[in-house]
Amino acid sequence: MAKNAWPSADRRKNIGARVSRLDGPVKVTGVAKYAYDVKRENMLYAKILQSSIAVGTLTEVDTSAAEKMPGVVAIIVQKDGQGNLPKISYAGDMVATVAAETEEIAMEALKRIKVSYEAGVPQMDDKDPSKASGRDQKKDQGLDDDNLSADEKLKQVFAAADTVSEGYYGLPIITHCSLEPHGQVTEFREGELYVWPSTQNVSGYANGLTRSTGLSADQIHVDCQYMGGGFGSKFSTDKWGEVGAQLSKQTGRPVKLMLERDQELTTAGHRPSAFANVKVGVKADGAITAMEVHAWGSGGQRRFRIPPTPYVFTKIPHYRTLGQSILTNRGLTRAWRGPNHPQAALITMSALADAAAALGMDELAFFKKNVGLTDRAEVYAEEMDVAAKLIGYREKAHLRGDKTPGPIKRGLGMSIHTWGGKGHNSTCAVTINPDGSAVGRMGTQDLGTGTRTVIAIVLADTLGLNVDEVRVEMGSNALPTSRASGGSSTVGGVSTSMRDASTNALNTLLDKVAPELGVPAEKLEAWGGRIQEVGKPSNSLAWKDACGLLGAMAITEQGANPTSDGTNLTTGGVGGCNIADVSVDIETGIVTMNEYVSVQDVGLVMDEKTAESQLYGGAIMGITYALFEEGIYDPTTGAMLNKDMEFYRLAGMGDIGTIKVHLMRGPKYEDRGVVGIGEPAVLSQGAAISNAVANAIGVRVPELPLTPDRVLDALSKGGVA
Amino acid sequence: MKTFEYASPNSLKDALGLLSDTWGETEILAGGTDLLTSIKQDVTAPRLVVSLKEVKGLSGIDSKGGNLSIGATTKLKDLIANEDVQKHFPGLVTAAKNIGSAQIINAGTVAGDLLQRPRCWYFRNGFGLFGMAGGKELVPDGDNRYHAIFGNGGKAKFVNPSSLAPLLIALGAGIDVQGPKKERSVKAADFFSTPKTESEREYALQANEIVTGISIPLSGKKNGIYEVRHRLGLDWPMVAAAVAFDESGGRIRNASVVLGHVAPTPWVAERATAVLNGQSRKAGAQAAGNAAAQGATPLSKNAYKVSQVKVAVRRAIEAV
Repeated sequence: MAKNAWPSADRRKNIGARVSRLDGPVKVTGVAKYAYDVKRENMLYAKILQSSIAVGTLTEVDTSAAEKMPGVVAIIVQKDGQGNLPKISYAGDMVATVAAETEEIAMEALKRIKVSYEAGVPQMDDKDPSKASGRDQKKDQGLDDDNLSADEKLKQVFAAADTVSEGYYGLPIITHCSLEPHGQVTEFREGELYVWPSTQNVSGYANGLTRSTGLSADQIHVDCQYMGGGFGSKFSTDKWGEVGAQLSKQTGRPVKLMLERDQELTTAGHRPSAFANVKVGVKADGAITAMEVHAWGSGGQRRFRIPPTPYVFTKIPHYRTLGQSILTNRGLTRAWRGPNHPQAALITMSALADAAAALGMDELAFFKKNVGLTDRAEVYAEEMDVAAKLIGYREKAHLRGDKTPGPIKRGLGMSIHTWGGKGHNSTCAVTINPDGSAVGRMGTQDLGTGTRTVIAIVLADTLGLNVDEVRVEMGSNALPTSRASGGSSTVGGVSTSMRDASTNALNTLLDKVAPELGVPAEKLEAWGGRIQEVGKPSNSLAWKDACGLLGAMAITEQGANPTSDGTNLTTGGVGGCNIADVSVDIETGIVTMNEYVSVQDVGLVMDEKTAESQLYGGAIMGITYALFEEGIYDPTTGAMLNKDMEFYRLAGMGDIGTIKVHLMRGPKYEDRGVVGIGEPAVLSQGAAISNAVANAIGVRVPELPLTPDRVLDALSKGGVA
Repeated sequence: MKTFEYASPNSLKDALGLLSDTWGETEILAGGTDLLTSIKQDVTAPRLVVSLKEVKGLSGIDSKGGNLSIGATTKLKDLIANEDVQKHFPGLVTAAKNIGSAQIINAGTVAGDLLQRPRCWYFRNGFGLFGMAGGKELVPDGDNRYHAIFGNGGKAKFVNPSSLAPLLIALGAGIDVQGPKKERSVKAADFFSTPKTESEREYALQANEIVTGISIPLSGKKNGIYEVRHRLGLDWPMVAAAVAFDESGGRIRNASVVLGHVAPTPWVAERATAVLNGQSRKAGAQAAGNAAAQGATPLSKNAYKVSQVKVAVRRAIEAV
């Protein structure tokens, strides 16, 4: 009888090994079809007209000239809940959608739609906290005192500090910039809707379309086998999903509606900005005693929530945080990998590194000294040692300000971070056929991270087979329900439910095999392509022969997270440590990445190769937001100025330096079960790289991205120049 | 994208005959690296696109009569690979390589580099060449971090994007232009102009003229460029400096310093030239850098480019 637990280290053949992603070949050869590639017979192409103003009301949308164009089949004008023309809250808001015989006709028709606006004055400033609205978000720790008010107590704890360091830090709104834009192909057939969306939420997607289509969720069939990134921006069906379905219903024809690149940048997701004044009180020996954070920022028209500060060092004895939200006329915030953690890391870790510098103390020594103020002191301490060794900290480190002559200054900087990553709810089914074929079925999605591969690894290891001897079906809402992929919850959820289902299926098989091998099912195991008496290959049956005992009836068993027997196979709560090594040209302000080290605790590693790949990808994405990325908007009109890949800069291969990654392994880490890695991979880069630049040039560049203008501006106020 | 007609004549005469004398009615297609994006962005909506692909005699590199002649539709990749260019004008090779995109280098042409429209994000986002909305100039109060620090007193505040133009000017090159009736040669230094109205373009060319080639004197001048680049891959320099000079007895003579990406045209840094002549390279480099930055009139967000000018000029001279 197989146990519903992770196999012991000697019984992990694929789990934790370096398994190449199963969909690699079809992706690099172009065989894999993304939503963008779906082409249905008689398909129409839909394009979206966006508002040119950033705030105001639509007074008239005249589509008559566009309707007259040959090849234009249908036009839908956006309406609000009451059926009126909608209010506009940012430049790029959806106004109307045209479906036409070709993309070119649709684009030209957009230009013939006459839109009248009553334009207001956009509010674009997210850096001035006096523009904040709504209630303040306040939190105090360790400021209760019988004799003093909290304000007085705060003053007292700072007065008692040996050194008080103050700084300002911030990072702008950035976008998700998914390689594959948002959108879908929709088709009505015999009264039911078929959708090929790019989504992080296969099982939940249909619910978003029931109201606009008048269909029940079971009449909506969703298929997403491959997708080109979402990063938290593809949970919803979105307005364009509703409009696409309506156009299909109205015309009776399939409709392809994908966002253009500029629309992807203006509309399909923003990470909120965050700015903060931070005060840190420390003792002469480096112990942190107090912290005060006043943070503000903007999530467009969605309320800004204060990043969780003090980040990681949550046991700082006395602190106060105040958060204030500024509404601006930008596209709506969507969850961006590790929501609010990159911001919290920058604010906290920069302020702490500045406090270390104010003391004249080595940054690593300072972080280590205070590691007891975190929830995972032992993990962080070990990770700091690993990271320091990987980057050559002892050889390279110097106190703030590289004193070597010449314009190129080199520096190291670090940050630590945390995330949850416990598995989400997931159900699945496993079928073992009499011919020995085995398939796992689950309504989950692979965002490009390796989910499909992980599911196959679990199924194969449970049945004692190779990864290429099992099949995985996913990406369809006809399959057992699995939650949306967000918050690093997928790998824990899908590996648990698959382990549960495949263990149940195996046990049913073992019951059939037991009489044949003359031992009870409890004494049997699946290993090396055989069903055998535990540890005794001489008493065994080849897998196919064992399955042959099933006769005509295949086995199908269910599994879930949480598991059917209550066994917990996934957990949350991890720590990571990153160190950056940069060079700064103090004459031009250019920052160059030399090396980046990412060390991560991730519980039981399912696939070493794709887990490391997540750390590499996270480092690249993080280097990008540290050095290049920023949504730039005209303050007068509210127009996004860099809604292209030319000035919305992403790092290229030449810009990322050498990246080294390390997963914490061994029983202490792995016995905890499976934890997700998507978010932890991308939380510390802004902080670590900002700290490295400060270490190199001797002065803090307060805001990300660390562009030449910002670096030169900081240097004009001090530093080594 | 507005539907347009497409013509692919096989002689220069036929091509000229198709061109309108009003900018924007017809557009010339060579490498297409800028034209195609411009059409998609609605920066231009021509009635007719005239391709030069089948026109003979417009590409190739030749030395004749003390000049190196480069055909207008010579691909940037062929410029980079040419041994005469490598020998005499290493700065041009660096400038072309620095474009940083294999696709643009393979498809883009030499004349296309000179004639590409500004990358100004107000221009490219529908606010016109001068960045106007509701009668207001947006650039002065807007995001002008990549805009001009010289020659920006008028409405034009964009920067000229050409990679090759600054060094061509420094080398005293001429631009060969064929019109419907006559042929003429314009000094590269006089080729670029700052438009005063939306209907003008950024060069001294008529809408019905075609650039046929570039002639660079084989003067033996040392030459080079330095670009301050944020990204290593495809990206626009924030500031570029091109220098050309003779050097004998440890002294610099006949110097020319031209800046790129700092003004609506390539910007001849006359003060730097004056400072440099007669100096040793070591002493001259720093002084020329400082002189080149004099007279800059940065906007609200681009003073950093003034610092970068000093460095770029110095490093260009040092690296030659």
